[in-house]
Amino acid sequence: MMVDSSTSLDREPTATREPVDRRDFLWEALKASLGVPIALSVIRVPELRGMQAGGDAEHLYGMGIDIRKCIGCGRCAQACKNENDVPDEPHFVNTWIERYVIRTDGEVLVDSPNGGIDGFPPIEEEGGTLRTFFVPKLCNHCEDAPCVQVCPVGATFITDDGAVLVDEEYCIGCGYCVQACPYGARWFDPVKHVARKCTFCYHRLAKGKVPACVEVCPTSARLFGDLGHRANPLARFLRFNEIQVLKPHLNTKPKVFYANLDGEVR
Amino acid sequence: MQGYIYPNEFELRWSLLIVLYPYLTGLVAGAFILASLARVFNVKEVEPTYRLALLTALAFLIVAPLPLLAHLGHPERSYEIFLTPNRQSAMAMFGFVYAWYLMVVLLLEIWFDYRRDFVLRAREATGPRKWFYYALTLGSTDLSDRALRFDDKAGRWITIIGIPSAFLLHGYVGFIFGSIKANPWWSSVLMPVVFLFSAIVSGIALVLIIYLVATLFRGKKVDMGCADKLATFLFFAMLVDFSLEMLDFIHRLYESEESIEILSQLIEGRLFVSLIVLQVVLGTLVPLIALGVVSPALSWRGTRKVPAEVRRLIYIGCALLVQVGIFSIRWNVVIGGQLFSKSLRGLTVYKAELLGVEGLLMAGALVILPFIILGLLVKIMPPWPEDELPAPPEV
Amino acid sequence: MPQQVTRLGIAFVALAVVFVAVRQKLVPDTFGEAGHYRAAAVDSIAAQPLQYAGHEACTMCHRPIAEKRSVSNHSGVSCEVCHGPAAEHVAAPGSVKPPAPRERGFCPLCHGYNASRPSGFPQIDPVAHNPMVPCMTCHDPHAPEPPVIPGACRACHGQIASQKAVSHHATLPCLTCHDAPDEHKASPRTLRPDKPSSRDFCGTCHAEDAISPSHIPRVDVSTHGEGYLCWQCHYPHHPEAE
Repeated sequence: MMVDSSTSLDREPTATREPVDRRDFLWEALKASLGVPIALSVIRVPELRGMQAGGDAEHLYGMGIDIRKCIGCGRCAQACKNENDVPDEPHFVNTWIERYVIRTDGEVLVDSPNGGIDGFPPIEEEGGTLRTFFVPKLCNHCEDAPCVQVCPVGATFITDDGAVLVDEEYCIGCGYCVQACPYGARWFDPVKHVARKCTFCYHRLAKGKVPACVEVCPTSARLFGDLGHRANPLARFLRFNEIQVLKPHLNTKPKVFYANLDGEVR
Repeated sequence: MQGYIYPNEFELRWSLLIVLYPYLTGLVAGAFILASLARVFNVKEVEPTYRLALLTALAFLIVAPLPLLAHLGHPERSYEIFLTPNRQSAMAMFGFVYAWYLMVVLLLEIWFDYRRDFVLRAREATGPRKWFYYALTLGSTDLSDRALRFDDKAGRWITIIGIPSAFLLHGYVGFIFGSIKANPWWSSVLMPVVFLFSAIVSGIALVLIIYLVATLFRGKKVDMGCADKLATFLFFAMLVDFSLEMLDFIHRLYESEESIEILSQLIEGRLFVSLIVLQVVLGTLVPLIALGVVSPALSWRGTRKVPAEVRRLIYIGCALLVQVGIFSIRWNVVIGGQLFSKSLRGLTVYKAELLGVEGLLMAGALVILPFIILGLLVKIMPPWPEDELPAPPEV
Repeated sequence: MPQQVTRLGIAFVALAVVFVAVRQKLVPDTFGEAGHYRAAAVDSIAAQPLQYAGHEACTMCHRPIAEKRSVSNHSGVSCEVCHGPAAEHVAAPGSVKPPAPRERGFCPLCHGYNASRPSGFPQIDPVAHNPMVPCMTCHDPHAPEPPVIPGACRACHGQIASQKAVSHHATLPCLTCHDAPDEHKASPRTLRPDKPSSRDFCGTCHAEDAISPSHIPRVDVSTHGEGYLCWQCHYPHHPEAE
């Protein structure tokens, strides 16, 4: 499962985007009709398009997660803490595993003790269980990321290759992104006093390696790859499975794709 | 904790200080809009509070960004919001809206209104005081009829610009919350409007309190015409505000989206005291009824006129209750919006700390600070009608 | 022009000049190069050190073990799942040794029974399964084998087989219920095995008058289940009594 780094011209449609998106258009229209306060015109604001994923980048990273393969061992969550200098206490996590237990009476129980790192205790009253499964969660590296939209200073951003990152030297620590993330993927570092999150192990990608959680997943429930290229595990995953994303109604356009996702997951 | 919350949600990122921020800016916007009633809409009765309302707005505006600043993880980097504002971010415009409101609206209006006073005081005083007042005039000492007429006209125009600006200042604070689609408790198109009207309510109530209390302490006679008018405005502003909140409430209940279950649990449990008891009953219904009964402009013909002393007391009581209610609104929005998980499957708890940067003491200090600043401002620029300086001697 | 306007004008222009000047000085160098962010931040994030070296790094030195593992049931389990982050070991193989968990507590992280795990995934009850004996005594972690090597139907239908193996139907061979032509092995999709097509088939054991051991649950085949075939409601590979 290597990250394909060949520069193929043969892209999947996901990598190409219209030059002007709707937000762009609305902004231009607003500017033209109201006239922007003088204060704004003083400010050099680079073109919006630079913030969108895709563009001329070689990669457009994404992740695939097969719910039916996840055994809830928690190795991914542990590896993430090791790899990314995430404090063990308090229990902040970049990635975690949820256990869903849907009972015959319709009740849905969800838990994630310590993010699943220490495993899961046995289910009480196993007999009344209709369905039960594990769901790994992490930052969805949304194409239209609400966290990037709300960051007041540009300390969080989407790279050309689609990863949503935080500039820890520039973050003012307002916490707006923590509020804006629908997935609970962001947390506030109590030591560095900045917002933190999953980076898709960007430092590993830069060295041609897959994210730590993918590296250690023993059942290949997690796959990593490049949405811009056809020949890689993720593209295959997307071809052969029915795919869901989390909270699609919020139109964040996640780049973490789930196969065999249950409707109760949110 | 109850049910399931995402692991990262156990800590509420926005604490008591962020409750203060919309509360304080609301008072600013409300006080300013009250001032504009006298200036632009020529409501003669409230004129005694015109200058007081302006100074109140300024005092609270100076303090308003402090809780935000204290809450930042890196306050020393806050200037970045002016350097590289992300124009897609609702929060990024804070610096500019604030600067616009402070520099272009409030300070300018106060300056034009007080310029004559500054010049006269600079002429009268000696030593450092003279230079202080002279500096405040920015060297513009022309007191000819033409210049004074210009002051008046300019002040009027600035107020006209100021009304939408005040709407912007606080409506925008509502937008910061209302635009977060991830949070069903916040995400509402009515949020800016509700913020705005609650701001007007809180501003009028605050000026009413300050006016009545300050006048009593100064041993002067309260202008009951003014107090009655303020109380009437307060009543109508509350009526609009309450209707909007009820509209929002009914709309949510009727639509019953996927979040309705967890939000119902939130209201019936964690927010019962602050929302039902404090915000709705004590903060809204009780003052509404009391004002409706007592205010001469509102009570039916035939009801007995309530004596002025009693009216004053009831006004102060109502205004204080309104403050509690509006603070509860801010609390219920900011803290309430973080008490439930975005998985919509569980509730968490918030415990305010006593000491520390985000503690109760700090919050208390930030509430008291604007009153200290207001005291200073009143000393430098007396807003009372009887302190009107005599016409300048012919030069 | 009134005096006030000129004086205010001077004050505002001065403020604006100071603002623009300060801003020019303070905006970070690389801000805005690639988007509305500091381009240099991407480089510093990309430069963070590795903790997990990746299985390719292990293979270079530990070739025999890697080859053994690559054809085993643990072929998808990378080295650092069990041995922990090993980038330091790769940098200094002599001085830093990665741990090798030998205690019984470790393997059940994946293989301990948990109802939420996908059915078919090999699981044991850590308390009842050969108590006190380290897993390594019987299973080689680099090439673990289940008690029965998959063959026949199990070679393809492993998940069903594992599931059936812990069910009440554990002792029934697949061919008891399915008639599978030999050609099914060569072209599995064109020649499929059949499924029981009548209720009487299950009734051979489960009917009230069936000649079968008495612990087998009985139903009235003619009335039970409103005319559905048995397997339309029950899952024969893991039948439940309820």
